Amino acid sequence: MRKTLVAFANIAAAILAVTSAQAQQTIKVGVILAYSGQFADPSAQMDNGIKLYMKQHGDTVAGKKIELIRKDTGGIAPDIAKRLAQELIVRDNVDMLVGFALTPNALAAGDVSAQAKKFMVNMNAATAIITTKSPYMVRTSFTVPQLNQTLGSWAYKSGIRKAYTMVSDFGPGHDGEAAFHKGFKDAGGEVIGAARYPVANQDFSAFVQRAKDANADAIYIWTPGGPQPAAIGKALAERGIDPKKTKVLGQGELTSEDALKNMGEAGLGIITAFHYDYNHQSAMNAAFVKSYKDAFGRNPDMFSAGAFDGMHVIYEALKKTGGKTDGESLVDAAKGMNWESPRGPMTIDPETRDVIQTVYIRRVEKVGGQIVNVEFDKVENVKDPFKAGMKN
Amino acid sequence: MVTSSAVAEPQRYLEAQIRWRPVEIAFWLATLLPFVLTPNYLVLASQIAITALFALSLDLILGYAGIVSLGHAAYFGFASYTAGLTARWGWGEPLTGLVIAAAAAGVLGYLTSFIIVRFRHLALIMITLGLGLLLAEAANSASWLTGGADGLQGVRMWKLFGVFQFDLYGTTAYTYSLAILFVFFLVARRLINSPFGLALRGIRENAIRMPAIGAPSPAHIRKVYTIAAVMAGVAGALLAQTTETVSLETLSFQRSADVLVILILGGAGRLYGGLVGAIIYMVARDQFSGINPQYWYFWIGTLLVAVVIFLPNGILGGAARLVRSGRSRA
Amino acid sequence: MIASAFGVLFDGFAYGMLLFILSVGLSVTLGMMNFVNLAHCSFAMLGGFVTVTLTNELGWPFLASLPLAFLSAALVSVAFERVLYRRLYRASDLDQCLLTIGIVFVSVAVAAYIYGTIQQPVNLPSYLRGSVSVWGQSLGVYRLFLIGVSIVITAVLVAALEYTRFGAKVRAAVDNQRMARGLGIDVDRVFAVTFALGSGLAGLGGALAIEIVGLDHAFAFTYLIYVLIVVAVGGLGSIAGSFVAASLLGISDMAGKYYFPELGAFLIYFVMVALLMWRPVGLFGRR
Repeated sequence: MRKTLVAFANIAAAILAVTSAQAQQTIKVGVILAYSGQFADPSAQMDNGIKLYMKQHGDTVAGKKIELIRKDTGGIAPDIAKRLAQELIVRDNVDMLVGFALTPNALAAGDVSAQAKKFMVNMNAATAIITTKSPYMVRTSFTVPQLNQTLGSWAYKSGIRKAYTMVSDFGPGHDGEAAFHKGFKDAGGEVIGAARYPVANQDFSAFVQRAKDANADAIYIWTPGGPQPAAIGKALAERGIDPKKTKVLGQGELTSEDALKNMGEAGLGIITAFHYDYNHQSAMNAAFVKSYKDAFGRNPDMFSAGAFDGMHVIYEALKKTGGKTDGESLVDAAKGMNWESPRGPMTIDPETRDVIQTVYIRRVEKVGGQIVNVEFDKVENVKDPFKAGMKN
Repeated sequence: MVTSSAVAEPQRYLEAQIRWRPVEIAFWLATLLPFVLTPNYLVLASQIAITALFALSLDLILGYAGIVSLGHAAYFGFASYTAGLTARWGWGEPLTGLVIAAAAAGVLGYLTSFIIVRFRHLALIMITLGLGLLLAEAANSASWLTGGADGLQGVRMWKLFGVFQFDLYGTTAYTYSLAILFVFFLVARRLINSPFGLALRGIRENAIRMPAIGAPSPAHIRKVYTIAAVMAGVAGALLAQTTETVSLETLSFQRSADVLVILILGGAGRLYGGLVGAIIYMVARDQFSGINPQYWYFWIGTLLVAVVIFLPNGILGGAARLVRSGRSRA
Repeated sequence: MIASAFGVLFDGFAYGMLLFILSVGLSVTLGMMNFVNLAHCSFAMLGGFVTVTLTNELGWPFLASLPLAFLSAALVSVAFERVLYRRLYRASDLDQCLLTIGIVFVSVAVAAYIYGTIQQPVNLPSYLRGSVSVWGQSLGVYRLFLIGVSIVITAVLVAALEYTRFGAKVRAAVDNQRMARGLGIDVDRVFAVTFALGSGLAGLGGALAIEIVGLDHAFAFTYLIYVLIVVAVGGLGSIAGSFVAASLLGISDMAGKYYFPELGAFLIYFVMVALLMWRPVGLFGRR
């Protein structure tokens, strides 16, 4: 009996040694996204961005193989996101947590990243405070204040003096409103009215009518992606607001490819601030768009870009640490990283671990028969103003 | 399983129901297995226990008193936020926080029960739905209090009994949730197998006749509704405490609808229906979404359709029928 | 101010008409057989996707696709009725709920699989776009079209109910099912036909909805609540009830958003709860 036990123990130890040795040759990346539910499309685009980067750069870094383990939160579900993050670390032994299309999920997982001291790459969720949740987290997308405060001050510089704002009545909408107001008012502008519409709103004619009645130089609209941008565009046309006469301003989602397709000519003249568009004129972006289209049959969007750049940070950080995967080493390697991305130049702020990038101001125009966003102005090296403001 | 002799002797009937069957003992012993067999799945196990408690609370009003509610998540979420806020404002002791949150849910349930007793059928369903949606909207608007769409931040729980920290593995979480689930299960069991429980079943079958035999319906309904609200609140508070986060989703129609589906799946009015339904639904969901994150809905939907076709009255209902037909053949 | 009020009224009424077309089928079938068909909006979604496919992929004109949206939803509902629903007429409400919710889940997954998760665009002919000026008011052409279609449908439905034998049978079955059977009316068959018509109308509603509220894979879930609200507030088994409830809800939703935007979504739920408390059987419902 004793001999059998000893034999078993030896075999077990041998198996353990072999598997752990093998384990040391793989780097496990836990991907947490909202693959099902109403945010399935952004998540699919993010997944595509990850896949494309790995296809172009191979799946081996610093001598180790990258293995993805995907988990679905089903939508906004911080308790599920937190559990999935915990399970990925405890059960699957991942070396880092990436993805995060949605703020509440990113915030919950941030707690886990801090507790377990694991590197975390937030590839999308845009609320400013997210990166403060864990010292091992970096972000590769954008922050709402970064875009909207910049748009606010740009609006004043472009000659707009009175603005009416309408935003979606939830966290990111409130953030957009606060950021735009700050940027616009600090520059000297006057906000003559501010409205909030329900999150699930489908019919915008009432809100647009109120905006029209206010008679401002410009109407600022904050909306999340999905069905609303197109509905807003149509409501603007129906109620007789001409973006060529009354400036319509917004964050890039208002004029995403989807939205423009649905809005048609009603969208011409809308001005938005954003960090990525598939029409951005650069050699690197042209190549990126082409390979993305070849692989997935559609154009990339900001979700794809955020994920693509996120993988870039991971690969480069691993190269710098020589394959070491503890949270401390990876985040130190990521701090200050600076590179040319399909969106333009990009840096990871060493202080806040957030993204520093160029904010483009675009107008919707008809180019070669297609209705697209055309960049006509830009503000470079924009840090997240919200966290910068927190310091003072 | 009511024979004429049992009907004639309600005391004997109740006593027979209260005795613990071997299947039940086996079930509860099995809930300890995750500690040994699947120690990496304890966080999932704790969330299953919480959902089971929530489903059990719905069973009290749906399965036993016949009140269909599409807004039961109101009590779940209300207590969740109460527990979260209590911890955020400095008092992170788990058990007392649980009591405070459950009491809050109970008060809300008691107040709503006055509305609930006055309506039936579709009107009742839609009113519960409407009230739930209104509360969810209010929570969204009061983002200065609830954190809005970002969820409640800064919830930090102290150690349970001053010793057990809520850890990454979920050991404390599962022990805590399972223990609380068991306690309230015992409460529910006692309640169902009492004259009060029989009265509830009477109300469910024929609400108009009940006052004729001296059982005042509205008072009974208010009482069971308040108890159900307290239990739902306990489940909500557990979720807030074990995950140290609260989101608007806890108040959502989605959560009310999910728990209803879970209860019907397991079999309403059978005490264990909510528990069985919760285990099967959540394990199935976890496994399906692991295999195919984008289309797990398809498999869950097929599972639901299959259960209804082949196992009417839920899984436990179907199982009971099989047992009965097996027994009659033997 | 009054001018904008008219604009709001008009838009709200149009939105209400859309809800009417989506809901009337469910109201009648629920009132007749008490069969809880939560998958009603899945048929609506089907009609919407048929229109999307026909107009975008196959280049059909929008108006020509509408009858097909109606027919496809009606035919598919007949198939479901024969294969699945028929077994559950005598089953409990809860089982009917579970079955039809399962169908909703499956339909949402299938829609996501085939069409992806994006918003579906619809190609409207130019004569349905833009707005016309009526008495100084800017009225959307598409909304006028929607109101026109709804009025025609209402007229047809009411006429059919009042002046045809089949209509008489429907009214009898809704009023008192047992009595109707006793009089020799084949209630099951009446129900099957009514169900097909109701689902067909839902399909038409889904197609018409794309321009106003958009269409995506989750449509079957999203609109279920609104349809249930119309049915409950209007009263089961009542066309007039659905019409009035839908108009009321559409207008109060729009008016609430215009005059009290801070209340936003509150108003429609508040109105529903208040109306149901006042009249639990619905505006035109029977006990």
